[in-house]
Amino acid sequence: MIAPSCQKSAIAASLVLLLLAGPTTIARAQSGAAEGQRLAFDRGKGNCLTCHEIKGGDLAGTIGPALKDIKSKYPDRNELVAILNDETKRNPQTMMPPFGRNRILTEQEINAIVDFLETL
Amino acid sequence: MRARFAISLASAVLLLGAFAVIVRAAPGADAVDPAADAKAFRDYFVKRFPNVKLEDFVNGPYSMNEDMRRQWQEKEEFPPYEFALEAGKEMFSKPFKNGKTYADCFENGGIGIRQNYPYFDAKEGEVITLELALNRCREANGEAPLSYVKDDMASLTAYMAFTSRGKPFDIKIPNDPRALAAYENGKRYFYTRRGQLNFSCASCHVQSPGERLRAETLAPALGILNAMPIYRSEWAGMGTISRRFVTCNSQTRAVPEEPQSEDYRDLEYFLSYVSNGLPVAGPGARP
Ligand code: HEC
Ligand code: HEC
Repeated sequence: MIAPSCQKSAIAASLVLLLLAGPTTIARAQSGAAEGQRLAFDRGKGNCLTCHEIKGGDLAGTIGPALKDIKSKYPDRNELVAILNDETKRNPQTMMPPFGRNRILTEQEINAIVDFLETL
Repeated sequence: MRARFAISLASAVLLLGAFAVIVRAAPGADAVDPAADAKAFRDYFVKRFPNVKLEDFVNGPYSMNEDMRRQWQEKEEFPPYEFALEAGKEMFSKPFKNGKTYADCFENGGIGIRQNYPYFDAKEGEVITLELALNRCREANGEAPLSYVKDDMASLTAYMAFTSRGKPFDIKIPNDPRALAAYENGKRYFYTRRGQLNFSCASCHVQSPGERLRAETLAPALGILNAMPIYRSEWAGMGTISRRFVTCNSQTRAVPEEPQSEDYRDLEYFLSYVSNGLPVAGPGARP
């Protein structure tokens, strides 16, 4: 149980956190891309290298196309989010796992990976 | 890679389409046509890999890649399964406590018969694989069954495969609705997507053979069981068919079944039948 006084200070603490969060959102796209790269390369998360060659990654597979020039190919980031959510919608035969639909990655993780893809 | 991918996708669709047509052409219980399936299956791989000789598909990833093949051929001079082969031969001839041997359980004393497994047993009404037959033999003679995924079973099947090398797979599907149902179940299992990653066996071994998944070159489904059991450097040991099925399921985050479950035996029946005519090449060695 949390005592009433503690509750008050907890609220105060979160207010401080909230205020601090303001300026940091500016840097979010950048750190999102770094986090996205980590998630994309992590074998327990995106593990995208299993199938795609990606700059900065080793031992890439050849099942999917190399991921490069992504922004010119997909200027609308929603398309990338859709591919990560469930590529079987575009191509029912695809090998690519439905990361969002099957809850392999959260919405937030997918967004970070898309930030990363847009740097390629 | 792009063009190749597009082609492979197109042919995978064609292959699935071919099955659909077969099923639609003759509706009803006797719509199952394993002979036509086997022909479509073989034609798909032969067309996709025109430079691979038919009997070479049994060499799995090595049939897909020249560099890998060269490394393998050098290794074959001191095959890594030699040890298992020796152990298997010894186990095979050593009598059980009751004085009988494995030879007493099998046709032709168990020599040169690998190509006939699995078969459909009309009395039992189920598919009998070589691994299951070996354990039934043990149990009938008062011995405890062996683990399906460990070394002893791999050694025994390695020895039995070795005495059958070169003989073409000769899997029979008797005209018995139960046998056809088992075949259909195996085929369904093979093409059904499962698990969090949403793969079917066919995703990897029909749609993408020769492609690399990380560093591993995918084996084609045609002849995929002919070289079993296999020594894998990655396992630092031998693996049975059971071990490979369980591994492929769990590596793709699907829930594996018990070794020698009905689904796995039916799957082995389907995969072996569509590889009829290709030679026994076991035991095999893999990277
Ligand atoms: C098991 C294989 C596999 C995995 C794992 C995989 N993909 Fe894919 N991906 C494919 C294939 C195959 C395609 C080609 C399009 C299709 O099949 O519909 C593709 C297409 C794409 C495309 C479109 C590329 C283009 O040039 O049009 C993007 C973007 C993409 N993948 C991103 C990712 C990301 C990010 C991850 C990891 C989170 C990932 N993929 C994981 C197989 C995979
Ligand atoms: C996401 C990919 C993937 C899926 C899905 C998959 N496998 Fe595999 N399989 C592999 C890899 C990687 C290997 C090791 C390289 C090789 O030999 O193909 C392998 C090897 C094998 C082998 C040994 C082939 C040889 O010559 O060494 C068999 C048999 C096999 N798989 C059967 C199956 C069956 C049956 C299923 C479905 C239950 C299945 N696989 C699903 C990736 C997969």
